[in-house]
Amino acid sequence: MAVDKHAVKKIARLARLQISDEKSELLSADLGNILNWIEQLEEVDATGIEPLASVNEHSLPWREDLVTDGEINDQVLKNAPETAGEFFVVPKVVE
Amino acid sequence: MSDLLKMTATQAASSLLKKEISSVELTNAYIDAMETTSALNNYVTPTIEIAKKMAENSDKTFAAGSAGPLAGLPIGVKDLFCTKDTQTTACSGILKGFTPTYESTVTSQIWQSGGVMLGKLNCDEFAMGSSNETSIFGPAVNPWSAKDGAALSAGGSSGGSASSVAAGSALMSVGTDTGGSIRQPAAFCGVVGLKPTYGRCSRWGIIAFASSLDQAGPFTRTVGDSALIFSAMAGHDSKDSTSASVGVPNFSDAVNSSVEGMRIGIPGEYHMDGMDDEITRIWKQGRSWLEQAGATIVDISLPHTKYALPCYYIIAPAEASSNLARYDGVRYGNRVDAETLDEMYEATRAAGFGEEVQRRILIGTYALSAGYYDAYYLKAQQVRRLIKQDFDLAFNNVDAILTPTTPTAAFELGAKISDPITMYLNDIFTVPANLAGIPGISVPAGLSKQGLPLGLQLLAAPFREDRLFSVASAIETQAQFLLAPARSAGELL
Repeated sequence: MAVDKHAVKKIARLARLQISDEKSELLSADLGNILNWIEQLEEVDATGIEPLASVNEHSLPWREDLVTDGEINDQVLKNAPETAGEFFVVPKVVE
Repeated sequence: MSDLLKMTATQAASSLLKKEISSVELTNAYIDAMETTSALNNYVTPTIEIAKKMAENSDKTFAAGSAGPLAGLPIGVKDLFCTKDTQTTACSGILKGFTPTYESTVTSQIWQSGGVMLGKLNCDEFAMGSSNETSIFGPAVNPWSAKDGAALSAGGSSGGSASSVAAGSALMSVGTDTGGSIRQPAAFCGVVGLKPTYGRCSRWGIIAFASSLDQAGPFTRTVGDSALIFSAMAGHDSKDSTSASVGVPNFSDAVNSSVEGMRIGIPGEYHMDGMDDEITRIWKQGRSWLEQAGATIVDISLPHTKYALPCYYIIAPAEASSNLARYDGVRYGNRVDAETLDEMYEATRAAGFGEEVQRRILIGTYALSAGYYDAYYLKAQQVRRLIKQDFDLAFNNVDAILTPTTPTAAFELGAKISDPITMYLNDIFTVPANLAGIPGISVPAGLSKQGLPLGLQLLAAPFREDRLFSVASAIETQAQFLLAPARSAGELL
């Protein structure tokens, strides 16, 4: 599967990665090679095989609906690049 | 001093208990060794003051008769485990300076058992790599050198964890294994590396790479030491919904238990075209050692082996692209400022993630995107089930499977980093166990003509790590592998 540089830009946009034109050319070759190699999987007849997302197939365990954590605002904010009072600060999103 | 570094963890635990040595003495010997081997670039954040304090506390527990099973033993930690108040980076630029306010379950169990933390160990960025060369701190170096003297990769991703134990700058260490990241570096550095069954050790507090594949496990110099520390790491944790509610036996009981009558499978598909002669030789040697020990060798087939790597390189990047979405420059990690929120995300992630991490995020995003999801992601999950079924069938017939750990001995730094697929092929024998969720161990078996360690891998059915310890100790007894890499702390020579 060839991945042209426009496709690379589109995927990079979905993944929120800023990519220069020059880099998208390089990545187009790189990703194309990797995907070609991965396409060996087409040789496998997997008709009717149930996909396996995790070997742990039992259902998720339940627990009592109790508060077990909280009141740690200072810890939650400790590693943030920018805070104001009890909030994370981000660039303005609403005009 | 020399005797202290030569001790296995099991021997040191016994000497500590008899008060022949103190943890402070033992820990100081390792702190000195960290200094003398610093050129190997194993420790990215040494925690000398914490180590000294923990050692003093351990000595008090011996005096009080309340010492835990790992009391006083100096242990290094891969920089992928969150450690409270100690910088944790996943060896990525995006997390430089990140200081967790909590401790991972596995490491807190180790400290509860009395272990002494020496520091945080080098690894590939977010554990993505097979040579430790994607680390923002530069590669960990293998303490073994080829006859021509070139600097060799310690393997990856847990390169620092393997190298430190081999070089004598940690008595034991912990790492993680998503596609071979414990077993491959263990083989390259000539130490024992265990990847437990998926769900055996809690993943809580470990920086996530591919959540359905990641498992924590130990690096040690002997199989007995592996059982000792693993018994302390394993167990159910309500904070990890995939952690198994399965009892943890005392794994030390399995070490050196007889393999008489055990059935050991040799999978034909692991004979790869163009495989190194030395690897074939050590594999045959392992087979005959186990025969001599009374095991029965059985030829088996794992027909989908060939598809494990391409399957893995869809599933692991898909999960990684989702897990790494959290690094957005808002709640933690580093930020690159920009006008709009989207520009800030894009600039932050482009600056913070290295080349291989970005490559895998893109592959994963592609495989999960509309129009490609069925062809790539669902197909890979179907192949994953076929690979698991191969093992399920095999374990109806055999108790353990014997394979080489890696297709070659340690390679030179810089030899493979420019070609992703060549690098990925290194994990050809280790990836299937992660896809199937089964436990695997690499045990040092001998040296190549170049004088480099070669490892043998054993695989068993889920939650049968006891069988791995039993068979691995039989190989260890016969291999008589000597722990003497050239670039170790002087006292190990």
